[in-house]
Amino acid sequence: MTHNTVDKIEYVSFLEHKGKYKGLFSWIFATDHKRIALLYLYAIATFFFVGAILGLLMRLELIAPGETIMKPQTYNGIFTVHGIIMIFMVVIPGLSAVFGNFFLPILIGAKDVAFPKLNLFSWWVFIFGSVLAVASQFMKDGPPDTGWTFYAPYSTATGTNVIMATTAAFVLGFSSILTGLNFLVTIHQMRAPGMKFFNMPLFPWAIYATAWIQLLATPIIGITLLMLIAERLFGIGFFDPNLGGDPILFQHLFWIYSHPAVYVMILPAMGVITEIIPTFCQRRVYGYKAIALSSVAIAGVGFLVWGHHMYTSGMSNQARWFFSLLTFVVAVPSAIKVFNWLSTMYKGSIDLKPPFLYAVSFIFLFIIGGTTGLLLGSVATNVQVHDTAFIVAHFHYIIFGGMGFAFFAAIHYWLPKMYGKMYNFKRANIAWAIIFVGFNLLYFPQFILGFQGMPRRYFDYLPQFQTGEVISSIGGFILVSGLILMVYNLVMGVRKGEPSPANPWNGSTLEWQIPSPPSIENFDEAPVIKKNPYDYN
Amino acid sequence: MSDTNIHTEEHRNDDASKLGMWLFIFTELLLFGGLFLVYSIYRAQYPHNFHEGSLELSVTIGAINTIVLLFSSMTIAMALTAMQRNNKKLAMTMIVVTLVMAVVFLINKYFEWGAKFHHGLYPGSDLMALLERGHLLYFSLYFFMTALHAFHIIVGMVLLIVVLLRVKSNRIHAHKYVLLENGALYWHLVDLIWIFLFPLLYLIS
Ligand SMILES: [Cu+2]
Repeated sequence: MTHNTVDKIEYVSFLEHKGKYKGLFSWIFATDHKRIALLYLYAIATFFFVGAILGLLMRLELIAPGETIMKPQTYNGIFTVHGIIMIFMVVIPGLSAVFGNFFLPILIGAKDVAFPKLNLFSWWVFIFGSVLAVASQFMKDGPPDTGWTFYAPYSTATGTNVIMATTAAFVLGFSSILTGLNFLVTIHQMRAPGMKFFNMPLFPWAIYATAWIQLLATPIIGITLLMLIAERLFGIGFFDPNLGGDPILFQHLFWIYSHPAVYVMILPAMGVITEIIPTFCQRRVYGYKAIALSSVAIAGVGFLVWGHHMYTSGMSNQARWFFSLLTFVVAVPSAIKVFNWLSTMYKGSIDLKPPFLYAVSFIFLFIIGGTTGLLLGSVATNVQVHDTAFIVAHFHYIIFGGMGFAFFAAIHYWLPKMYGKMYNFKRANIAWAIIFVGFNLLYFPQFILGFQGMPRRYFDYLPQFQTGEVISSIGGFILVSGLILMVYNLVMGVRKGEPSPANPWNGSTLEWQIPSPPSIENFDEAPVIKKNPYDYN
Repeated sequence: MSDTNIHTEEHRNDDASKLGMWLFIFTELLLFGGLFLVYSIYRAQYPHNFHEGSLELSVTIGAINTIVLLFSSMTIAMALTAMQRNNKKLAMTMIVVTLVMAVVFLINKYFEWGAKFHHGLYPGSDLMALLERGHLLYFSLYFFMTALHAFHIIVGMVLLIVVLLRVKSNRIHAHKYVLLENGALYWHLVDLIWIFLFPLLYLIS
């Protein structure tokens, strides 16, 4: 059963491994989880820059009141496609498809995921859906203009490419389900001998909770989008009041998925942070079980709070009260994690390397995003700021400040393992500072603008909002220049950087016990499983 | 040592495949679960219209289809048992019988739908536009749910045809039959969904 008698195989990194195919085909038909992870990384990075450029175009439009660079209808198309790309093609798959694919099997001592071919198939489905989504921008009826939320009845009536965009979201959801399914089976069936659930590092725990959400929530958006498509194609009136339907029902069904989807974005992000903080403090993670189970708790309670998106849509008072209460409840496990991270740092020997800088700024931005989320969760304040720039600021702090910064933290943390090369620290720190300043300049003014009454999704505004909008736009340009510097530094690191040792950060989890980059089989010898994965002695 | 090694590895993969299929079945149930939710909301809103709507469906055809699907669930289970007992011929026969039952179901459905279309009752038709709201929703749900279910029947049939070919070429045999097992599981799911659809659509009058 154990493999410790197997002869030592000569080490060949997965990047150089020769398989069935050569050249490009050895990548796009690879079933190795590490190659698939890199395929996702390149695809998602590309989509992220497309989405970011659309975002910049919006910021340019909003730099002055009135029509600046585009017509209102163009603006509607741009914020919709920006949302579709960023949500469905970047942040939902982001961490779990890239780092989950690469590191989940390694962290639990497995050679690969449970279904490698299905894994490759998921990537192809993802690419197919992404092509559809991007194409919806260019087809003849014009880009969808409903916002990424596709609210009925407008989405059943507008003449734009809604069918194509919703089909894209459906296909992308299917890919997400298959990835989640694959990870769940992997965690249940592929753990190395001796690796019990409570010996797993906390990133796999986060991926585990995430995978359940992907599996159980995504079908709901699937059926909702199918109903919407049927409504547009065949005039089946589920949501159009003229045909007997109920548009509010669409909102319910949409958020039954899309609130849990926020946790698909943020849970793996928390998992990444939980890996990074102990490494750079050289301390055992504080409250291992609390962090592991809080992921599961967030996933569970997260299914029951969707109504907080709909306080102003028409809901009974009891329902609003109920959803508000549960929204406050779901904040508790998130806060538990923050306390645990801070306690892990306490009295640790903190090493301010780039991954840790990103991790700490994640905590900072996540606290701002999380507490403003509570403002939105309580009915009275929500009604005041509903559909204003405040919402835009809040969810960008969660999604970009949270998931995005965690993604940057993860890439700085794991890049030496993935490519066996190290990037330049000084340039990484400068890029981090620019990104952090740019991010806050971009989004913080929008909290204030929202309070003052600036609506979201408007291409025009009253002159009184101009100061805030200009600061925000300047922040946008600073942010993007920081991002470019960061990517440049990482690419240069991969191409010309110093070779990285197997364990550059003195990490304790399994990925640091194998060569950088890993061999195709990950473990040429059976891994030694520690009782506590964060044991630094 | 090496023998047991291979055996345990294989056994372990079977468990993984089965777990994967169960998880996939969860997602399918939730997909239809969303529809059942919509159904129950609209039925609570328009109980009379739903009652009248169901009067227009033929309980006989629905009942025949229910029996056909239940029978097919039995035959696919028999195919699995036959395979476990190394009776390849019987297993293949039973899979073929299951496929025939699926075709019978679809033919029945075709005539049922055809009759509705013949009367001008289909989504987007002039007649549908004249119906009362609840009535309209009932038929919208009827067409949408049965169409989605029929699509799942077809997916299940494709899966069973793949299984059949693999049994024929001995790639599924008495010691390696997890694909047949998963195909059977999926077929039971398709059956189960119909067991819900039948009373919800046909028997509420
Ligand atoms: Cu929410």
